[in-house]
Amino acid sequence: MTAQAPTGTAACPGCLAAPAEPARPVPQDVQIALSLPGIHCSACIATVERELNAHPGVEDARVNLTLKRAMIKAAPEIRAADLIPVLERAGYEAHELDPGALSATQTDKAGRDLLMRLAVAGFASMNVMLLSVSVWSGATDATRDLFHWISAAIALPAIAFSAQPFFVNAWSALRVHRLNMDVPIVLAILLALVTSLWETTLSGEHAYFDAALTLTFFLLAGRYLDYRTRAVARSAAEELTALEVPRAIRLVDGIEEEVNVSTLKVGDLVLVRPGGRMPVDGKIVSGQSELDRSLLTGETLPVFAQEGLAVSAGEVNLTGPLTIRVTAVGEDTSLHQMADLVAIAESGRSRYTSLADKAAKLYAPGVHILSALSFLGWYIYSGDIRTALNIAAAVLIITCPCALGLAVPAVTTAASGRLFRSGMLIKHATALERLAEVDTVVFDKTGTLTSGAPALTNLGDHSRADLEVALALAEASSHPLSLALARAAREAGIKPATLRAVAEVPGFGTEGFYRDQRVRLGRAAWVGGEDGEQTAAWLVVGSQPPMRFTFVDSLRAGAAEAVATFRATGKEVILISGDTEGAVRALADELGIENWFAQALPQEKAAKVQELNAQGRRVLMVGDGLNDTAALAAAHVSISPASALDAARVASDIVLLGNDLSPIADACDTAIKATKRIRENFRIATVYNVIAVPLAVAGLATPLIAALAMSTSSITVSLNALRLR
Amino acid sequence: MEVLAYLIPISLLLGGVGLVAFIYTVRSNQYDDPEGDARRILSDEWDDKPKP
Repeated sequence: MTAQAPTGTAACPGCLAAPAEPARPVPQDVQIALSLPGIHCSACIATVERELNAHPGVEDARVNLTLKRAMIKAAPEIRAADLIPVLERAGYEAHELDPGALSATQTDKAGRDLLMRLAVAGFASMNVMLLSVSVWSGATDATRDLFHWISAAIALPAIAFSAQPFFVNAWSALRVHRLNMDVPIVLAILLALVTSLWETTLSGEHAYFDAALTLTFFLLAGRYLDYRTRAVARSAAEELTALEVPRAIRLVDGIEEEVNVSTLKVGDLVLVRPGGRMPVDGKIVSGQSELDRSLLTGETLPVFAQEGLAVSAGEVNLTGPLTIRVTAVGEDTSLHQMADLVAIAESGRSRYTSLADKAAKLYAPGVHILSALSFLGWYIYSGDIRTALNIAAAVLIITCPCALGLAVPAVTTAASGRLFRSGMLIKHATALERLAEVDTVVFDKTGTLTSGAPALTNLGDHSRADLEVALALAEASSHPLSLALARAAREAGIKPATLRAVAEVPGFGTEGFYRDQRVRLGRAAWVGGEDGEQTAAWLVVGSQPPMRFTFVDSLRAGAAEAVATFRATGKEVILISGDTEGAVRALADELGIENWFAQALPQEKAAKVQELNAQGRRVLMVGDGLNDTAALAAAHVSISPASALDAARVASDIVLLGNDLSPIADACDTAIKATKRIRENFRIATVYNVIAVPLAVAGLATPLIAALAMSTSSITVSLNALRLR
Repeated sequence: MEVLAYLIPISLLLGGVGLVAFIYTVRSNQYDDPEGDARRILSDEWDDKPKP
């Protein structure tokens, strides 16, 4: 958990939503949250806190090393943008977090509640176990009765408090006339308490107070593990969301003001700077630029943008500043309209029954019938209701699903921890089980298999003199193609030519004068070239014919390995992209993918995945764009990279934190191992029951045997799960 | 066996003290940053007096 991307566990103390409006009637302190992925030691904590506290206006700054975060209380005029340079000067990378998106984890109430109950059950069971051990080792008569009474006095209130989650769950299942795992648990606990109390009043020999408490303790431990695993994933996922602070620049009478996106209204004017993402849907009022729509459509070619063009939230502005008039905000934007598609697609997945549910379905009626039969059998045989009830309680306690309750969470905790260390975030409880069944993998192209950063392909086709001019022009712009061209030329040892009057023409390219000849680098139409299928930039020097620089989207690290591993393990790999046929074919050939589809609309992607589902395939969908969200939701299990749009991350079960794709293939392997362990655990639990149940039914079980069976099976199951780490 | 009259209340009391101490640590957010707290003791800031 140290050297990775932002990790998370629990709460951030008191991080309240920061007021984003600049002017407020009463100036109030603001809370600023910063993500500090690079901190790792006590010196880092001290330096960061010292630097921040020394900054004027900062009242209090505290670093949380576990979450790699700093929470800052500051005067209202302080902005995160003022503090980030302070930390960067000190040598620490810092990113602003949106405290609004983090606030959900601030008070981890449910987790704390479970922990309290676990603690009470633990302490109570230890005390009762001390008394029980002395009974088992020979305390008799009055001493035994006294010990039983003290045990009852501890056990009854302790169970009334700590077993509440089970009572609530069991009651909600019974109310709708259904059985779940908690019904036999509650029955076992209650029956154990009732018979033990009865026995105690009659100075009987056997009391099961310790068993009832240890049962509660082990089961709560399972619940807590389960909860922790999901809380860690949820908090890390929230941090990813919080990294995109929803801010926009609103123009009011020509004056720029920074506001929260949620306060924008239809009709407002918004300024989007180069490199910025459209916060809302709108229409361009002024400015010229190019738009990168790859997250929405999968197309890699930037689109020319000028006055009058409609833009959608999520598109990235590349070259010039654009002023847009808002036409839709919040739920009405095209980003949110995808949600309908996702909702329809998702209904298929909710039908998945987890292994634990399957086991519970067999188990719950089984134990009820078994204990009812032994009660009846003994009642008929001996005619004594006390003996019959004691034996029925013993059967219920012995068959208690301790090991079953721990079998799944112990394994998923170990497996999720292992995957988390390799950079994967398991968001959904049953994602691992579903991942283990995958036989078909569907990839998106842009941003998933490729990194979304172009790379120059035909450097060698051009003369040195042309390259020098091209480099000089490219360095005057921050357009992705210019950056790629400049990088490739610099690496080849090219020096830029000396140009005069170099200027960027937003939306078209850059131009300048070279030895009194006009030179231009930019879009085909502007320079005089022809638009082809491949991503290209054109260079023209004076009156010479224009020259073409072609680019391909560079492959993401680990993409080839991931595809190769999937193919080697016998899974079918399919590529579905919204990009042009040429670009998709080139990538498919490079990776050896035979099955590919180009120019797919979002609905077609989802339909394709559903068609595969209908054929009985188990589909793993890997995608990052808005156009993938429906397909991600329709698939049996889905993965999206951390660079994906928030909507895509929400729709997927697993988020890939790093840039490398290769952990995906390992994750499938880990998932298969994990489900194998879960099944093994079920078998171990069954073996214990097969040995202990006949003893209980025969009336030979004592509280000591019950305690031994329960503890050993729980410990074996946990140890078996740990083998996965 | 008279010793039980002391031992049982003592054992219950000790268990109770442990439980109360644990509840106190949970309530006062002492598990929010285990990694950071482990490192903070190595820093010599606030060694003389606690942070106000």
